[in-house]
Amino acid sequence: MSGGVPPQAALADLSAAELAARLAAGELSAVEATEAALERIAATDGRIHAFLTVTAEHALAQARAVDDDRARGAPLGPLAGVPLALKDVLCARGIRTTAGSRILDRYLPPYDATVVARLREAGAVVVGKTNMDEFAMGSSTENSGFGPTRNPWDPGRVPGGSSGGSAAAVAAGHAALGIGTDTGGSIRQPASLCGVVGVKPTYGLVSRYGLIAFASSLDQVGPLTRTVRDAALLVEAIAGHDPLDSTSIDAPAPDLTSGLERGVEGLRIGVVAEFLRGGVQPGVRARVDEALTRLDKLGARLDEVSLPSFEYALSAYYLIAPAECSSNLARYDGVRWGLRAQGAPDVVEMMLRTRSQGFGAEVKRRVMLGTYALSAGYYDAYYGRAQKVRTLVVRDLERAWQERGLDLLVGPTSPTTAFRIGERADDPLAMYLSDVFTVPVNLAGTAAVSIPAGLADEDGLPVGLQLVAPVLGEATMLRAAHALEQDLGFDNRPSQVLARAERAGGRERGDRPGEEATTP
Amino acid sequence: MPISRAEVEHVARLARLALSEEELDRFATQLGVILEEADKLGQLATEDVEPTAHAVPMANVWRADVPGPCLPQAAALSTAPEVEQDRFKVPRILEEEA
Repeated sequence: MSGGVPPQAALADLSAAELAARLAAGELSAVEATEAALERIAATDGRIHAFLTVTAEHALAQARAVDDDRARGAPLGPLAGVPLALKDVLCARGIRTTAGSRILDRYLPPYDATVVARLREAGAVVVGKTNMDEFAMGSSTENSGFGPTRNPWDPGRVPGGSSGGSAAAVAAGHAALGIGTDTGGSIRQPASLCGVVGVKPTYGLVSRYGLIAFASSLDQVGPLTRTVRDAALLVEAIAGHDPLDSTSIDAPAPDLTSGLERGVEGLRIGVVAEFLRGGVQPGVRARVDEALTRLDKLGARLDEVSLPSFEYALSAYYLIAPAECSSNLARYDGVRWGLRAQGAPDVVEMMLRTRSQGFGAEVKRRVMLGTYALSAGYYDAYYGRAQKVRTLVVRDLERAWQERGLDLLVGPTSPTTAFRIGERADDPLAMYLSDVFTVPVNLAGTAAVSIPAGLADEDGLPVGLQLVAPVLGEATMLRAAHALEQDLGFDNRPSQVLARAERAGGRERGDRPGEEATTP
Repeated sequence: MPISRAEVEHVARLARLALSEEELDRFATQLGVILEEADKLGQLATEDVEPTAHAVPMANVWRADVPGPCLPQAAALSTAPEVEQDRFKVPRILEEEA
């Protein structure tokens, strides 16, 4: 396709690396790439609802600046002109930032998150802010204060969460790049459910400055993309020490792309027994087993490993994360930003009313749970014990790396494929179980990636495979993920995904009148 | 572990949440179910285990004592629901005198 602008569908199917190459070669302008992304959003996001705010003017202005710089021969970032979908939990100066909450409905941050500043330096063009579970608390994006996002593979299903908007935007071809955050699986689980790649970097690799906090010892920013290479490029762009975040690791951003082709020959990969016990959907298990066979054929050495504390990680997580959230969310008091309830006679009543009106059910539930776990008389039995279990999780992983000599661990990302909208909404515990394989990584602060491993036989929906690495093991992890991705050849081109959903929707409507897959 | 409605009310007050009657009942049930699940942590022998508050071990992190730019007052106040005389304005804090 040389010369002229390629048709929209073809442009949407290009990876960020391919787009960047065309932009650099002058075959495509940043304005053309941005306009095409905005047109796709206008055409299909009414149905998917990946975006809370589309930043068309900002995006076009930035794209023009990229094109001007290129015309002048000025140096440009590696992602110059590539459209990006930004989770609405990262502050961007003067751009509405809600964290999916009504309490921040009209919040205009007075400063940029470090990640946002770095994305701008890299040249990525933010086309909009994406939907999410309120304050990143959820696994389906149904907890958004602004309505759910739908899975591009099947609009009757959830995209996962909490970064469901970014995952859906990338899967639907609204943007080649997406940014999410992962506190207990909120990048990896939606990546798994939407058939895309999601990376949770090592804690401290990416700055949290300007990230609206959920659980500060667990939160980490990372990429959602359609290829492993794009994820590596995006981590390179946002990683590295930031003096504005005291938990930021004091080291330069890692090189993750130059060794990507080195394969898995000789890598020792632990198959986690606790990841394959009961509760895993048969179609998920089948794709994971198949991926293990492929890794073996590619020359990796697979070894079963048991990490007993992982059985307790979910319970520990659902005390630690709510405890931290109850503390972090104390700042929504109607004084310095966000909603204030009117007509209250005194300040305490104003805070009570503001928080009760502004927070949704899941946020209230977690604030309550965290306050309880931290309160006098219960601290030792709940929060204190959870912190000790966190130590056991760290120790189990240390043993896997040190004593067993493993380079990576492998298992499913999520026990199931995408579930139906509403299916788990009234059962918090069932929803929390979505995160059972992802939370140990956050507790231990290490790195993990989810890549698509094919479609489950029973429902035809994407299955995610998780690779877990030690602290700062991103290069090895992405190299293995890339090798497996090339071998699998999974087709997640947005044109195919949307055409498939269209066919499935038509079938469903035809077969079962009155029970449409897209009923809100 | 079941949790009583009175406890839910007490915790809600601590968390500065005014819950409706319906919410109090629902949270009493749901928090009970979640805490019951959490009780299984008691099965583990953790007496001699040190707690982990943070996965990446770090001591105090200092920066050089050099003044730099900071958020201007007007920008900081721009997000406030109510402002008076360049300050955040809040409803009455102290009880009125009898």
